[in-house]
Amino acid sequence: MLELYDGALNVPEILTRWYAEESSNNYGAYIPFVGTVRAEDGIEGLSFDVYEPILKAWFEAWAAKAAPLGATLKMAHSRGDVMVHESSYIAAVFSPKRRVALETIEAFVEDFKASAPIWKYDLKNGERVYARDRSTPIEGSGILGGVS
Amino acid sequence: MVTIEFLGPIQKAPLTLEAASLREVAEALRTDGEMAQWLDSCAVAVNDTLVATLDTPLKNGDKVSLLPPVCGG
Repeated sequence: MLELYDGALNVPEILTRWYAEESSNNYGAYIPFVGTVRAEDGIEGLSFDVYEPILKAWFEAWAAKAAPLGATLKMAHSRGDVMVHESSYIAAVFSPKRRVALETIEAFVEDFKASAPIWKYDLKNGERVYARDRSTPIEGSGILGGVS
Repeated sequence: MVTIEFLGPIQKAPLTLEAASLREVAEALRTDGEMAQWLDSCAVAVNDTLVATLDTPLKNGDKVSLLPPVCGG
């Protein structure tokens, strides 16, 4: 399940609802990862653009990869502005036993950072500035410029 | 005609042009000065599927999307 929200996530509501949704499905492990905006470099917050069609396909591919392991994935992300100390990202894995959940959450979150079509901007001094130096080219990038 | 759309921080309105392959799109974009800073770091999708080669054929009505470096979370 992939959920997109305008603005900050309501973390307690989402985590509690996901827990309730899976509580009778015989999972022994529920591992959520919550990403929260930190105060650093004088930012007031972060802002996000999301390209939904490719994000959805990326998420569905991950869900299909997790299914044979007996794991279920859930993810929530913000669009637009999220201020310092608010949260913009939740990923969660449910699985019968802990090992699959621990390994899957790490691989899922790392691939999310490298591949999910989401762009981050710093909100600073009333401006929205693309966080280019913290961004990663998606695998296979550069063909138009002749790089690969 | 194919449509070229520029995602995220690339501040550019969509373009339409005649192109039979992604190679022809690349050739057109390389003549566009404001795109120079992006072409080496963008991924490319055709009709919302990422592609890996300029030999990707295009047909009338296709959508080509440029995805600059990402940072979710």
